[in-house]
Amino acid sequence: MLSVTDLQKTYPSGDEALKGVSLDVTGSETVAMIGPSGAGKSTFIRCVNRLTEPTGGSVELDGLEITGLSGKELRNARRDMGMIFQEYNLIERLTVMENVLSGRLGYVSTWDAFRRKFAGDDIERAYEVLDRVGLGGHENNRADELSGGQRQRVGIARAILQRPKILLVDEPTSSLDPESSRAVMDLLTEIAAEDDIPVLINIHEVDLAEEYAGRIVGLRDGQKVFEGGPDDLDETARGQIYRGEEIPEGAGPTGKVAEAGTPGESSQEEGQIRRG
Amino acid sequence: MTDYQTWERRTPRQRIGRYILMLIVLVAAAVSWQLLQINYSYLGTAPTEFMDLINRMYPPNVGYTGEIISPMIETIHIAILGTALAVLMSIPVALIGAENTTPNRFTFVLGKFIISASRSVNVIIWALVFVIIFGSGALAGTLAIAVRSIGFCSKLIAEAIEEIDPGQVEAIQATGANSIEAAIYGIVPQVKPALIGVSTYRWDINVRASTIIGFVGAGGIGVELNTSINFFAWQQVLTILLAILIIVVFSEVVSAYLRRKVR
Amino acid sequence: MATEQPEQRTWRRPTAFYNHYVKWAVYVVITVFLLWSAWNMRISPARIMDGWNAAVGLVEGMVPPEYTTQFKNELLIEGLVESLAMSVIATIVGVIISIPVAFMAAENIAPKPVYWTGRGIITVSRSFHELIIAIIAVKAVGIGALAGVIALSYKTVGFFAKLLAEEIEDIDSGQMEATEATGANRVQTMLFGVIPQVMPRIIGLTIYRWDINIRHSTIVGIVGAGGIGATLLNSFDQYDYDFFLTIIIAIIAIVMVGELISTYIRGRIQ
Repeated sequence: MLSVTDLQKTYPSGDEALKGVSLDVTGSETVAMIGPSGAGKSTFIRCVNRLTEPTGGSVELDGLEITGLSGKELRNARRDMGMIFQEYNLIERLTVMENVLSGRLGYVSTWDAFRRKFAGDDIERAYEVLDRVGLGGHENNRADELSGGQRQRVGIARAILQRPKILLVDEPTSSLDPESSRAVMDLLTEIAAEDDIPVLINIHEVDLAEEYAGRIVGLRDGQKVFEGGPDDLDETARGQIYRGEEIPEGAGPTGKVAEAGTPGESSQEEGQIRRG
Repeated sequence: MTDYQTWERRTPRQRIGRYILMLIVLVAAAVSWQLLQINYSYLGTAPTEFMDLINRMYPPNVGYTGEIISPMIETIHIAILGTALAVLMSIPVALIGAENTTPNRFTFVLGKFIISASRSVNVIIWALVFVIIFGSGALAGTLAIAVRSIGFCSKLIAEAIEEIDPGQVEAIQATGANSIEAAIYGIVPQVKPALIGVSTYRWDINVRASTIIGFVGAGGIGVELNTSINFFAWQQVLTILLAILIIVVFSEVVSAYLRRKVR
Repeated sequence: MATEQPEQRTWRRPTAFYNHYVKWAVYVVITVFLLWSAWNMRISPARIMDGWNAAVGLVEGMVPPEYTTQFKNELLIEGLVESLAMSVIATIVGVIISIPVAFMAAENIAPKPVYWTGRGIITVSRSFHELIIAIIAVKAVGIGALAGVIALSYKTVGFFAKLLAEEIEDIDSGQMEATEATGANRVQTMLFGVIPQVMPRIIGLTIYRWDINIRHSTIVGIVGAGGIGATLLNSFDQYDYDFFLTIIIAIIAIVMVGELISTYIRGRIQ
């Protein structure tokens, strides 16, 4: 289980991307993180496996504190977290198989990695995973020959091959058409259920979040402003997340809510979000 | 009287600017022409001289072909080994000369300095220097070609490194790979086409360069060519020129093929 | 590893060559060739030691560069000015010859026989190094700047016409057709449909080639074709290494200034 406590990130420029966010992800649940652009969703996910260095707080995976690790220990911790990227981040000029097998790089020696020599088990499993994501027979295609939806499935296959304890998914659908988006989301939730691992997804399409997630977390200005089931996400909650509205006194059911930013502060951003 | 509408392509200011530019070019040309003090009588006799030269060259000396095979092979050796050395040495130089891979400010400046020092001295001057150091022969030529090519290769490879997609490197790091593995999987595949393209392109240039460094004693066919010209053995000269032509065209075809192969 | 379970599939990276044997054969051939080349260099420890000593001697002889004698300074300035003048004239002459050749060598406007003639001129011009052309020109017109101008102009044609022809092949044929459709004749079509599209490129390439010609004009003197090169070779032959270094520094300076100017102007055009 992933347990994040009071995570903070302040960039050298002084921008506060995360102002103390806490979140637990357990079992095989799918947690969707929504919020306007710039709310800190990507920063949060990237701080979990420390592609971005958090400036405060703690991240624990199955009791192991991630934030203090370095070198070999950090790499071993990263092996347990599969990450899927918005722009797929495949090695475009390598074959699909090499991309999938690169999920095992944390386990092979550098020399074997150079010779593309992976264990037979890994290769067998790579074939299985490729079948599972619907790309059987594509192993010798180069990644740049595939369509967007196919590439994202290669990205998922690479992450599963790590046998991760959690999947971190950063905007998996924003470069895809609606149909491919659904296929990718179906696949992710299916894997979570079958492999019994939790999935933490950043997503900006609220309808997809409501449809696929077991729990939704709303982020605004680096703070958690909403947490609850898809049914709790009513107009008031959306108002808080996307327009920074104060909770009206005695309004309908909302999730467990932290304090939201003051309306005055966010009036400028509000306009930007509406335009976007 | 009817007032016709007039139409001018450019505004007066643009036109004056253009005239000034043209004037500068004309003045530069006139001054240069004056400075060269060309003896026009030579220019008048040049066509005759040239035809005479061609007459003396033709037909090429076929019997001489056997003698130039070994210097031609040496020329190719110089070109290939010089290019290979240059590419090998330019990889570290490119890594420190690229903004996103250089360890610190000092190494970056060092990289840029190596690149510009190597590029600003002509191969024939490098050849002179290496002939002093290692004496006449192919070794001096190879080193001259290598040193002259480092700047060119490093500059282009560094540009390719600066243009890579950092996301791919990040994705490999996220799987728990170490930094060497991240370079092998994340950087090398992205830079490979540039690497192959640059080395074959430079090889092309180096084949031509290796035909002339013999003029200063640095090995290759240039030695034979220089001797033949000094002895006015024009039929041999034509034979050598034809041999050079064949090799240059051949190397161009090979490098074009290699560049196509690596997408 | 994989051998224990026979049903387990294996995977090999597909190769750019026909199969893995061909791939290894190619690698072996390349390695053997490189080793052969290296062996031909006759490198020996003794030679490297001698080389080290010679290099130290050379550096000692060069430093500090000489800049004191009036006579040599005049020689230096004279050579550099001649080199610069040669580069200007050669660029102008070369470009004037190149433009018709480029039109001949553009596949989209030239008829086939003309096209092949144009390509042929370019290939022959590109094949030989400027020093080879210079040495022949010296035999034809005698020692001096004229030979250098001929050599540099000749090389300019191959470079300039090739790049300009590629540019002409890339033009928007719609503009050309539109001009033709108004009833313009062939020359008018060139003037209104083609030249305006390639004009910025012509200017840019001219400046670029001038930059290259400066570099070449400093060395053609080595074979007697005018410019600073002759002085350079003389100082080298007379073991006058400190003057040799002075000349090289002067050449580098002038080449860099040329490059700066050329980069600046090309930046302004685009």
